[in-house]
Amino acid sequence: MPTFWLVALLIALSAVGFYGGRRRAIATAGGDVKELHSLPSYYGYHVALAAFVPAIAALAIWLLAQPMFVETRVSGMIPSEAVPESSTLGLVMSDVRRVAEGLDLAVEQGLLTAREARNAVGGEQDLRALMGDVGVALGNEVRPEVLAAAQTYRNLSHTGRTAMTVVVALLALGGFAWAYSRSHKDFRARNVVERAVLALLILAASLAILTTIGIVLSMLFETKNFFGLHSWTDFFFGTTWAPNFRGDSDLSILPLLWGTLYISFIALLVAVPVGLFAAIYLSEYASGAVRAFAKPLLEILAGIPTIVYGLFALLTVGPALANLFSKGGLLGVEWMAGATSVLTAGLVMGIMLIPFVSSLSDDIINAVPQAMRDGSLGLGATKSETVRQVVMPAALPGIVGAVLLAASRAIGETMIVVMGAGAIAKFSANPLESMTTITTRIVSQLTGDTDFASPETLVAFALGLTLFVLTLGLNVLALYIVRKYREQYD
Amino acid sequence: MNDMTLMDNTVDTQNIKIAAKDVNVHYGDSHAIKDVNVEIEDKTVTAFIGPSGCGKSTFLRCLNRMNDTIDICRVKGDILLDGEDIYDRRVDPVQLRAKVGMVFQKPNPFPKSIYDNVAYGPRIHGLARNKAELDEIVEKSLRRGAIWDEVKDRLDAPGTGLSGGQQQRLCIARAVATEPEVLLMDEPCSALDPIATAQVEELIDELRSRYSVVIVTHSMQQAARVSQKTAFFHLGNLVEFGPTGQIFTNPEDARTESYITGRIG
Repeated sequence: MPTFWLVALLIALSAVGFYGGRRRAIATAGGDVKELHSLPSYYGYHVALAAFVPAIAALAIWLLAQPMFVETRVSGMIPSEAVPESSTLGLVMSDVRRVAEGLDLAVEQGLLTAREARNAVGGEQDLRALMGDVGVALGNEVRPEVLAAAQTYRNLSHTGRTAMTVVVALLALGGFAWAYSRSHKDFRARNVVERAVLALLILAASLAILTTIGIVLSMLFETKNFFGLHSWTDFFFGTTWAPNFRGDSDLSILPLLWGTLYISFIALLVAVPVGLFAAIYLSEYASGAVRAFAKPLLEILAGIPTIVYGLFALLTVGPALANLFSKGGLLGVEWMAGATSVLTAGLVMGIMLIPFVSSLSDDIINAVPQAMRDGSLGLGATKSETVRQVVMPAALPGIVGAVLLAASRAIGETMIVVMGAGAIAKFSANPLESMTTITTRIVSQLTGDTDFASPETLVAFALGLTLFVLTLGLNVLALYIVRKYREQYD
Repeated sequence: MNDMTLMDNTVDTQNIKIAAKDVNVHYGDSHAIKDVNVEIEDKTVTAFIGPSGCGKSTFLRCLNRMNDTIDICRVKGDILLDGEDIYDRRVDPVQLRAKVGMVFQKPNPFPKSIYDNVAYGPRIHGLARNKAELDEIVEKSLRRGAIWDEVKDRLDAPGTGLSGGQQQRLCIARAVATEPEVLLMDEPCSALDPIATAQVEELIDELRSRYSVVIVTHSMQQAARVSQKTAFFHLGNLVEFGPTGQIFTNPEDARTESYITGRIG
């Protein structure tokens, strides 16, 4: 039975369980709802959950585990001499899967009967042509051992699916019957549902954490592979970034790190003062009407996709800077070669970060108690003296935290630097030259035709991991500063 | 004879520090203060009493124009400080607040050192020419705040680390440091325990020798203990104003009597 129908059946059973459990509970109370321990719907939820949750969990686990199980069983069948020189076991296995799939499709479309498919052996029919008819393209003729493996594959999968349907159905019916039998007026269904809600919330939280751990681990393994192929001293301490496909690439992170930090620094130079001053204006000076109008407007900036900022960098800011600084420009200097430069990307990224800095700082400034301002104003301080000498010092730890968070966003930003900063990895202090960043190099190493075994590709994971560690460190530092120096008012 | 009139005159002009005439305050649509007339004397503690929401704090905040920071608040009428209208265009509210200091309901030391808390006002107004003078002002103010002995060894410690009563006395010292002429106190003891309250009350009595003190309080006992003049506010009206002894023993208005005997409010 297809999985879809199985799930649909489970849902239907749960729905029946909901009404059944409810009715039974009301019946045990002699129709008087007040006699029940919990509200009637809780009894319904209880039965529905008992029918649905164990069954769907078993289904999910089975769907994940079965292919792995079948795969290992079948790949054990293929003798090592059956794997051609130029190929790997993985490629042969993908052939096996496709043949198995093709046979299933052929049966479905009526080109073969189930029996013909089961007995199909190479040679009698032109299997390759047949596969082509059902839309499965094969690279070469179906070899007997592949065909045999495909048949086993089909058999195992088929048995597995049948067993799965039976197990899931049994679990669902069993849960239903067990919970239904407990739907008595004294049963504490409300407490059970409460625990189920708690379990759901914990599941959601742990999924998020597990995914993070999974991502880190996968990067860690690929990075280990990379350091098996490329010396780590060159990666961390070399000075040249020059990937090529002859196998003697210089892959060191330092020039990229320089570009990343330089661009981020310029971005913060733009975003921190502007964002902070905007926040001070909005929280301390602006009247309610201005605030209600300006704050959402500023936050719209945060909603613009970074690719649009990238376009802005490429089409507006870059050419404008080139107009000023390049040959024949307004200033009559020749400091800039093209439109892409550290300054272009940094300026645009700074604009992107303004709402980020301002809305975080705004919240922090608003958290400074009004009593502080009153105290200062009551001593005859002006508004700006109050802001400078009382509000800012009180809000400073939070603002430092906000700036560090903005910095970690700047470091991880990709689209703007791809379009605004250029692609040349080098050390230079001139902000009008093109440079490149870690993120853009990850993109360029992984896009296009890539061979996932070469250091030129795997370096992306090492770069990604370094970036991750860098931003994680900044975030941890930001949280630490905010917590440690937070003023405890009240 | 001639001498006598001269004496009388000087006493008169010195005596009245703040004169409020027909003051009305509106918060948006609500009429918070209605036609209040009051004369506050120099070197006297004047207490404002009355039930919650009667407008006594609002009126206090009119006296140093702290209500200016509230958008929807409008003040009408004249408030004269030493004969000058403080709501006149030419008066800078910032300068005014240096002359009319304020202590708030909850102790609100800045998150700075004890020294910097007290030095804040003098620094802003440029009252000290050098560090030595500033040190002197800080010490003098902390002594006037009756807290010097407790903090002299830890002037660099944060002001927020003091106990509630110490914080409030620090705030008084901070207000005193700008050399104000009037000190407004908005329920200065409501967040303090009885011992700290007693210390602050004692301090208020000492401050009377130099400043005109106006204190808003919920506690009638406190008003009776610390003040020489008492004003009773009710629903935005100034019901009765007179010597404290008279208000508490022989009030003229029936509402005042009801309040101080605990029948209303």
